[in-house]
Amino acid sequence: MIDFHLDTHTGAPPYVQIAQQVRQALRLGMLRVGDQLPTVREVVEKLAINPNTVLKAYRELEHEGVVASRPGQGTFVLRSLAGEGLASHAMLRRSLTQWLRSAYDAGLDEESVLALFQTTFHQAPREQRTGEEDTA
Amino acid sequence: MSHTITPINANIRSVAHGESEPPNAIEARGLGKRYGKRWALSECTFSMPAGKVAALVGPNGAGKTTLLHLCVGLLRPDAGAVTVLGYAPAAQTKALLARVGFIAQDHPLYKDFTVAETLTLGRKLNPHWEDTIATERLARLHIPLDQRVGKLSGGQQAQVALALALAKRPQVLLLDEPVASLDPLARRDFLRTLMEAVVEQGMTVLLSSHIVADLERVCDYLIILAASRVQLAGDMEMLIASHKRLVGPRRDASSLAPLRRTHTIIEESHTPRQTSLLVRLNGPLLDPTWEVQDVTLEDMTLAYLGQPPESEAGK
Repeated sequence: MIDFHLDTHTGAPPYVQIAQQVRQALRLGMLRVGDQLPTVREVVEKLAINPNTVLKAYRELEHEGVVASRPGQGTFVLRSLAGEGLASHAMLRRSLTQWLRSAYDAGLDEESVLALFQTTFHQAPREQRTGEEDTA
Repeated sequence: MSHTITPINANIRSVAHGESEPPNAIEARGLGKRYGKRWALSECTFSMPAGKVAALVGPNGAGKTTLLHLCVGLLRPDAGAVTVLGYAPAAQTKALLARVGFIAQDHPLYKDFTVAETLTLGRKLNPHWEDTIATERLARLHIPLDQRVGKLSGGQQAQVALALALAKRPQVLLLDEPVASLDPLARRDFLRTLMEAVVEQGMTVLLSSHIVADLERVCDYLIILAASRVQLAGDMEMLIASHKRLVGPRRDASSLAPLRRTHTIIEESHTPRQTSLLVRLNGPLLDPTWEVQDVTLEDMTLAYLGQPPESEAGK
């Protein structure tokens, strides 16, 4: 079983945060196929949040085919996300480390590096983010 | 800094076509209430779908209590109309009150009564009363039934008031500043109990608050009231998603005109070099020179209330 937490200082809606945390737990292998997600009631008790938020998050995961709800029983994991892109992590990390080194060499401090990453991340539309490879 | 009032009609329509349209629990149309010459509430229009947990947000004196009192028939409108579950509260009070729970500000209870006596009172006064809803809830919270209400902590008194309101099994629950007097821990506990009740009893909730903290996780519908008018009403997530902070090189009134044609500027501030706006986007943002930032419920609410967010000072 996993625990959810909410960060109310980000602009991310609570249901997005819950769905993300489920996906993250799947990627990291903390949730496996057949596992049950916390019931709506349990999440509401833990986080003191609106039950509709939890339902919305679970519905989104259901749409993605990640989980399935069985009426009267709960919501269960249908497929794992572990391994998805995991192989390329090492390579991506290497090129990011390289990029970081060149950023520091160029005289950027940590804050500027983060700002540059964030603005680039937010400005590049998602379609562009997949597809082209940036070798900078 | 300018302060623009957004027409709310467009927004309500955009909210209505979301999922399968549930009937509206509360509908206000041009609703107004006057005390002497002063309008405490005017031209208040919104439709709140059933099953929502709505936050009624605004500074003290904005008209929140007046609106809630109109909804339970404690006040009679001087303009327009409001219906709750299809009933006109002031005219059909008896039929409505069997279906609506109301917790007034500071959750007034008889302080000399024990908790058990308070429940007896509730049982005698309410036709659809279900004792176990109250007793199980209070047992879970370790609130002793033989204790005098006046001896309980503020948080516990609030919980007793909530248990009373829930035991009458309302379809709509209205709460006036339920957490204002509570410390953060008691506030979280109260909201948790309220959300558990929503899971169990599936009711519509409208709660007023001048404290925005915690509302984002609890509420999925938002009504912002300021200066006795509705500034904004609609689905909480959609409203937050449609508001952005734009930061960019300094603009003047004429260079902001194209932006104004499509979008609504809620708040603007300028330094000699920089312009910072909080806007409501009504379509795609075409000008790429703006840096676009997400806003929180607090940012958005404060912009409509015409105050700079506190967090701004630290940035």
